[in-house]
Amino acid sequence: MSPVGFVWANLHRRPVRTYLTLCSVLIAFSLFVLLRTLAVVFVGGNDLASGSRLVVSGKYSIIDSLPISQQRAIAQVDGVDAVTHQTWFGGNYQDPRNFFPKYPVEPRAHFDMYPESVIAPEVLEAFARTRTGAVAPAELAAKFGWEAGDKIPIEADIWPMRDGNRRWEFDLVGTYTFKDEDGAQPVFLFNHDYFAEATGIRGIVGWYMVRIAEPQRAGEIAKAIDALFEHSMNPTKTATEDEYSRAFAQQVGDLGLMANSILSAVFFTILLLTAVVMHRAFRERVPELAVLKTLGFSDGRVALLVLGESLLLCLFGGLLGICSAFVLTPVVALFLEFLRLDFELHWPTVGSGLGIALALGLVVGVPPAVAARRLTIAEALRRN
Amino acid sequence: MLGQIVRITLLNLRNLPSRLGSSSVIVVGIGGVVGVMVAILAMATGFAATFESAGAPDRAIVLRGGSDSELSSGIGQDALGIVASMEGVLLASRELYTVADVPKRSSGTDANLIVRGVTGAGFEMRDEVRIVAGRTFTPGKGELIAGRGASVEFAGIDLGSTVKLRQTEWTIVGIFEAGGSAYESELWVDFPVAQSAFRWGGGASSLRLLVDSPERVAELGERVDADPRLDLAVFGEKEFFNRQKGDLADTIEMFGYLVAAIMAVGAAFAALNTMYAAVVSRTVEIATLRALGFGALPVVVSVMAEALALAVFGGALGAAVAYFGFNGFTVSTLSDASFSQIAFDFAVTTELMATGLVWALLLGAVGGLFPAVRAALLPITLALRGE
Repeated sequence: MSPVGFVWANLHRRPVRTYLTLCSVLIAFSLFVLLRTLAVVFVGGNDLASGSRLVVSGKYSIIDSLPISQQRAIAQVDGVDAVTHQTWFGGNYQDPRNFFPKYPVEPRAHFDMYPESVIAPEVLEAFARTRTGAVAPAELAAKFGWEAGDKIPIEADIWPMRDGNRRWEFDLVGTYTFKDEDGAQPVFLFNHDYFAEATGIRGIVGWYMVRIAEPQRAGEIAKAIDALFEHSMNPTKTATEDEYSRAFAQQVGDLGLMANSILSAVFFTILLLTAVVMHRAFRERVPELAVLKTLGFSDGRVALLVLGESLLLCLFGGLLGICSAFVLTPVVALFLEFLRLDFELHWPTVGSGLGIALALGLVVGVPPAVAARRLTIAEALRRN
Repeated sequence: MLGQIVRITLLNLRNLPSRLGSSSVIVVGIGGVVGVMVAILAMATGFAATFESAGAPDRAIVLRGGSDSELSSGIGQDALGIVASMEGVLLASRELYTVADVPKRSSGTDANLIVRGVTGAGFEMRDEVRIVAGRTFTPGKGELIAGRGASVEFAGIDLGSTVKLRQTEWTIVGIFEAGGSAYESELWVDFPVAQSAFRWGGGASSLRLLVDSPERVAELGERVDADPRLDLAVFGEKEFFNRQKGDLADTIEMFGYLVAAIMAVGAAFAALNTMYAAVVSRTVEIATLRALGFGALPVVVSVMAEALALAVFGGALGAAVAYFGFNGFTVSTLSDASFSQIAFDFAVTTELMATGLVWALLLGAVGGLFPAVRAALLPITLALRGE
């Protein structure tokens, strides 16, 4: 019988216990993967956020508007490649539950700023030329069944039109997609010119997006931008897009951190329980090991058999657990959808899961393996 | 029969201490499930309570038409006057609502803190507001009072210290409570001072009304809708806060049950494992009892009783840990509706602890049943030989 076959046969000595233990390990590891993923969601921020883009917002709060005159001044800062602006529009499409962000933007400059957003040249051209034009991410358009040419009504909350009318109507000229859908923020975009004209509020934007040529100079350029406006009526705060989205994720913060710390405690509890159960199984088998030694198995070989059994059980259980986490991920992602956070498995998480499974196998397996190695035949047989 | 059941069960329970090591697996496993479930549900309950306890049925909130939050609302001077003088309005408070970046204590990063400018009428109509430390602000001065939650969650929001909100310095002269409601996550300042400090001009964000009866709220809404001069929306304050609660409480709750369910499966396996082992270690004893004429049912009951006793003990332990570890623990998160930090306390209620114990009993029953049946079906002769 091969060593692996022997280990396998040993595991089937008490199949009920083996399978129950396997299931506990499976549960523990699927929980582990889900939790680590959750932590990445809360702490990690948006992967797509770039270090080569800066966000310039009002110093005291993101809700403050900035004067559009700052755009030209920012463009002249040394190291700045391009500047465009965005504004929070708020508003509801049909029902407040149909939430998606809507920004008035400068069409050409916007898509120039975000090379990861893909738009057909003719759609971009139509978007820029149509006063009331708008573009939506393809996924969003599909969700609501919009097609190019449709009129999209948006009920404004923050920005009524100049005449007091709150119902805006945009002409959807087409859609755009993302090179990589993960973490992409689906924003409904329309012309800032139309926004300024219809509201009668000219010269006001929400925040600026700045592209810099050398990401390593981000800190220095951010300081230079803020210095420009420090003593003006509208001081600014500049950060890389990466820092910015991380800070925002931390506002949700406590919640994820709490859940995560409670749940990690649980993971280790389950592991502890599993270890106790497995340890008991080995103790029970001491006389058998003595028999093996009597039959001429070397000390090392007996120790390896014991260790192999524990490793096999833990790694196999861990692997199954990680696989079941893959199945569960879409379910959990549904729960988290309202946070508009991106819940996806990451390979480092899977890797560390396997690493812990290996460690568990060693922790549980090494002490009995060492004991098995030291075991003297006469003493072990007497214990029976 | 009953006598047999009682005797074997007592015998078994008295022997429990000898299986302490393996029994602790059930206790810890089920305790973990119950503890985590109760803690997460307590988070959901606490978050919901923050909004459910806010507002009063005879108070209304007036926002700009189309707005569903105070942050996106703005009302001009004229409209404020028209609504405030309507029939049935006992008190009207103009309020200013904005957010400022203040670092959180936990992360040190800036988060949105609500700053509310209130008038004397605002205090008068909110009888749940009590100053618990210091005093209230002096009208016309750059002083503020901080809600208890805001003070716990934000760095530098301490009695006697000063805080810079936008360009102006404010002295924190008092800490207030508001019955555990969402107001406790706010900083309150004098309305006219806020108007000038935050460069707001003549209007306000919203108008709070105290009306003579709860029915008046809907009637006011109709009158405002009918008035062509006004583009405003009137909400009952209770209804308003209930909507602000959003889906977050439900989501946390569902998440709690989901995680508890996954863990419960894990704990059930551990319990099964332990109880099978317990039955194995009692094989000779059980077989002896059967040989002496004890029936199968008493044996089943004794194993079940052992599992249930351990489960209840574990469940009680878990609930106790959740209670002493988390009850009243304050955390905060970003509320979708108000775009600002809402501080809330974990609420470990008796119902939650009862739910936890029910789960513990169910897990104990699952963990005990199969091993119990197996114990009852043991072939007596084989078992007596110890096989």
